Amino acid sequence: MLGFIHIAFPPLPALMAQLLIGLINGAFYAMLSLGLAVIFGMLGIINFTHGSQYMIGAFCAYLLLKFLGISYWWSLLIAPLVVGAFGIVLERLFIRHLYQLDHLYGLLLTFGLALILEGLFRQEWGSSGLPYSIPPTLTGAYNLGFMFLPIYRGWVIVASAVVCFGTWFVIERTRLGSYLRAATENPALVQSFGINVPRMITLTYGFGVGLAALAGVLAAPIYQVSPLMGSNIIIVVFAVVVIGGMGSILGSIVSGFVLGLIEGLTKVFYPEASSTAIFVIMAIVLLVKPAGFFGREFR
Amino acid sequence: MRSALAANLEVGFAGRRVLGLVLLAAALGAPFLFYPVFVMKALCFALFASAFNLLIGYAGLASFGHAAFFGWAAYVTAYAVKSWGLDPVSGILLGTALAAAMGLVFGWLAIRRQGIYFAMITLALAQMMYFVANEVAFTGGEDGIQAVPRGTLFGLVNLDDPYAMYYFVLAIFLIGFAIIWRTVNSPFGEVLKAIRENEGRAISLGYRTEHYKLLAFTLSAALSGLAGATKALVFQLASLTDVFFSTSGDVLLMTLLGGIGTLFGPAAGAVIMVSMENYLAQFGSWVTVIEGAIFVVCVLTFRRGIVGELARFFPRWFADGGTPR
Amino acid sequence: MQVKFLAGACAVALALGLGCANAQMSGKAVKIGVLSDMSSLYADIGGAGSVAAAQMAVKDFGGTVNGVPIEIVSADHLNKPDVGKAIVQKWIDEDGVDAVADVPTSSVALAVQQLMKEKQKVFLISGSASSDLTGKACSPTGVHWTYDTYALAHGTGNALVKQGGDTWFFITADYAFGHALQRDTADVVVKAGGKVLGSVDVPLNNADFSSYLLQAQQSKAKIIGLANAGGDTDNSIKQAAEFGIVKGGQRLAGLLVFISDVNSLGLDTAQGLVLTSAFYWDQNDETRAWSKRYMEQIHKPPTMVQAGVYGSIMHYLKAIKAAGTDDGPKVVAKMRELPINDFMTKNGKLREDGRVMRDMYLFQVKSPAESKYQFDYFKLLATIPADQAFRPLSESECPLVKKG
Repeated sequence: MLGFIHIAFPPLPALMAQLLIGLINGAFYAMLSLGLAVIFGMLGIINFTHGSQYMIGAFCAYLLLKFLGISYWWSLLIAPLVVGAFGIVLERLFIRHLYQLDHLYGLLLTFGLALILEGLFRQEWGSSGLPYSIPPTLTGAYNLGFMFLPIYRGWVIVASAVVCFGTWFVIERTRLGSYLRAATENPALVQSFGINVPRMITLTYGFGVGLAALAGVLAAPIYQVSPLMGSNIIIVVFAVVVIGGMGSILGSIVSGFVLGLIEGLTKVFYPEASSTAIFVIMAIVLLVKPAGFFGREFR
Repeated sequence: MRSALAANLEVGFAGRRVLGLVLLAAALGAPFLFYPVFVMKALCFALFASAFNLLIGYAGLASFGHAAFFGWAAYVTAYAVKSWGLDPVSGILLGTALAAAMGLVFGWLAIRRQGIYFAMITLALAQMMYFVANEVAFTGGEDGIQAVPRGTLFGLVNLDDPYAMYYFVLAIFLIGFAIIWRTVNSPFGEVLKAIRENEGRAISLGYRTEHYKLLAFTLSAALSGLAGATKALVFQLASLTDVFFSTSGDVLLMTLLGGIGTLFGPAAGAVIMVSMENYLAQFGSWVTVIEGAIFVVCVLTFRRGIVGELARFFPRWFADGGTPR
Repeated sequence: MQVKFLAGACAVALALGLGCANAQMSGKAVKIGVLSDMSSLYADIGGAGSVAAAQMAVKDFGGTVNGVPIEIVSADHLNKPDVGKAIVQKWIDEDGVDAVADVPTSSVALAVQQLMKEKQKVFLISGSASSDLTGKACSPTGVHWTYDTYALAHGTGNALVKQGGDTWFFITADYAFGHALQRDTADVVVKAGGKVLGSVDVPLNNADFSSYLLQAQQSKAKIIGLANAGGDTDNSIKQAAEFGIVKGGQRLAGLLVFISDVNSLGLDTAQGLVLTSAFYWDQNDETRAWSKRYMEQIHKPPTMVQAGVYGSIMHYLKAIKAAGTDDGPKVVAKMRELPINDFMTKNGKLREDGRVMRDMYLFQVKSPAESKYQFDYFKLLATIPADQAFRPLSESECPLVKKG
């Protein structure tokens, strides 16, 4: 069954359509890996709970609509705040005890938290997906000539590009961002300048989690809202972060989009391997340039 | 102080012998008290966890891809026994040999990096092996290889008898565990512990750490394969779940719970986890929640694991030189 | 004294007689184990609903058979063959379970079938779809009650080609079941005069089908066959709606779709979908009455799997009563003798390969406008008689079938 090229090289418009689809998936990868990279860069914690926080964001949108009648647009604002606040609680209760320890423990702890959250949601809502429809203003499709692009998917690319660029700008180009970056390098020194470093770290974790939740709300109308949606995507997002460079903001954004494109191409030429392609790339990158494309090596 | 220490060690040594005998007696009598298949499963995972611990606890290398060795050995043994008609011992040896070969190759690739990068390489390689397992015909895809005959041991003992099979599995476990015990308590083991504590210093002392790490990795992979191959005969089935990431996560949890870097810890952790899965199976998703809670509690407050904590309170009984990070 | 002797003899005879009747029953109870997926992909298709249906069957039967009580136990096989097999092994060896019911997920069902064959215990299969269970892997104590891939392929495949859907493109889940479903349906399509324009294999548990749907769209096939199940099917259908595939003139054929899928997708998204099923809650008065009782416990419409669990257990209990014993092979022989007539199955019969012959039905999902009340989801397009729905014995690979 190890077949190779399944179909002849598709005509250019078809290929462009597939690349565009790949870009849309890449947008989710970029947003999720951005959150992970921010958290890892600032806290040194490999946040395995990220997938669950993405799932909870989608559930927030679903529950807000179902029980309070709150529309998608408001959910885009409320869900990240709610889930971010929950993230801050997690950080205060559990995660902050681990900053001095080996990265492995952070990974194990957040992995345990992810299992707990997924188990609880599965217990309550089962495993089939729950329906969440595309908001009325975004239904329909554009005729781009080479394909019909659903308007909602176009919105996803735009929204995530804006969020990613905005985050990058804040971290790399503003004063707040420079405090954050300095605090990563040398927390004691920055603390002595009078900046409340622990609070900054807590808020940073909340922000990273909020990003995951935002991705969840964006995903709710197109993927099924299900307790399993986080665990399905988290390992891929890890691979993306590693490839981009574990602490690098720009790296995770760029590799998210690029890997989405590559995955899209694999789906055309060797679809069975599409979920494995990213791991192959990750293995190669780790062997050749472990810091990733944009990262700097750390111990 | 010296004499007190010596006295402690002396008492400890005798006490530990008694403890060892008690455990052995329990193991010999277990199939009469508990359901044999359940205790066999516990033994297989105890061996798997102990092999995994060789790498993470003694060499300090956390691997996320051990399911590949466990699962692929199971496939090869199952196929060899079912389709080629091999006897059980040859089948298991074949599976173990494959796992060792895989360990050699994967280890050689992964050892080039440290820490989290090492772990991610092992994860990537394991995911690729999962993909291959799904695509290749002989593994039977998600049906797996079913109806694997247990055969007869040396043409004499019929392994379909659950008690005969249990003692066979116990023998395999003891052999594997003895190998691990011997490895840990040997000059080679001491060098591994040195590498775990401070690799730079070990290198400066003249040790070729890469070779030691690779050997440890291969040994760990081979013994994991032994566990997987045996499991295939116990359940008479090799399936895709054995190569999936969750199996790597399970063995990590067992080792963490039992005590990373302790000799008996991972086996204890494995027995607890298998029992828990068995008795809580009817509670569905709560099992996942409890597993997660165990992870959280272990990492926050219980980092030494069960046996590690016991070693703190009863050092004479449990001390074996394995101090976790 | 003679009276005393007679009375004593009668008492002894009576005791022996009763004792004999009981001695024919192994153990102090008839225990039936419902093995299903309680927490994952197929939890809504079988799961807790199957357990509820089983308990309904026991209650309706009266709670006892041949003087012994009937008990239901249940467990979650987590869609893993080793877990499922271990549970059943323990059930039989330690807990005195006499029969196992449901078991969705073909890989688990195949493992359990093997075990039940060795132990000569009855296996009442409702959830699993693999036609191998009455083919290569058939067993003298296996009872494949509800549906299989052959029936689904023939039902949906034939019907759609007859309606003009003669060009097909498959989106297939890349595992044995998906391939089996695609292969069976492709065979039917080609035999009926249609053409398969292409197919694409998708990794399991994939979230995004847009790329594959696009390929299907570009093939311009009239029918897009979804050879997948559970969450994968739901995702494909949802995303197909997004890309305007149905609006663009192509039709979706869900090769394995349950009412629970339609329930979770909503009529807006699922409308127009064609599917084959053995049961629909709203077909007639009998099905409505049964389903109403079922829905008092489980507030969702029953799937054919859950209804099948009830039906198979009822028939099993009737056979035990008629045979006077719960010995596996003897009960199955009785199950073959007795005709099957209940709310779900009319004039059904258990064949020698373990296949229950029943009519299958072709349904189409209503549009929101056509749906008048809660759970009013399907309209009946056609009834497929049993001998057309299932593989004929002449084509069977089952060693139990006498050839020639």
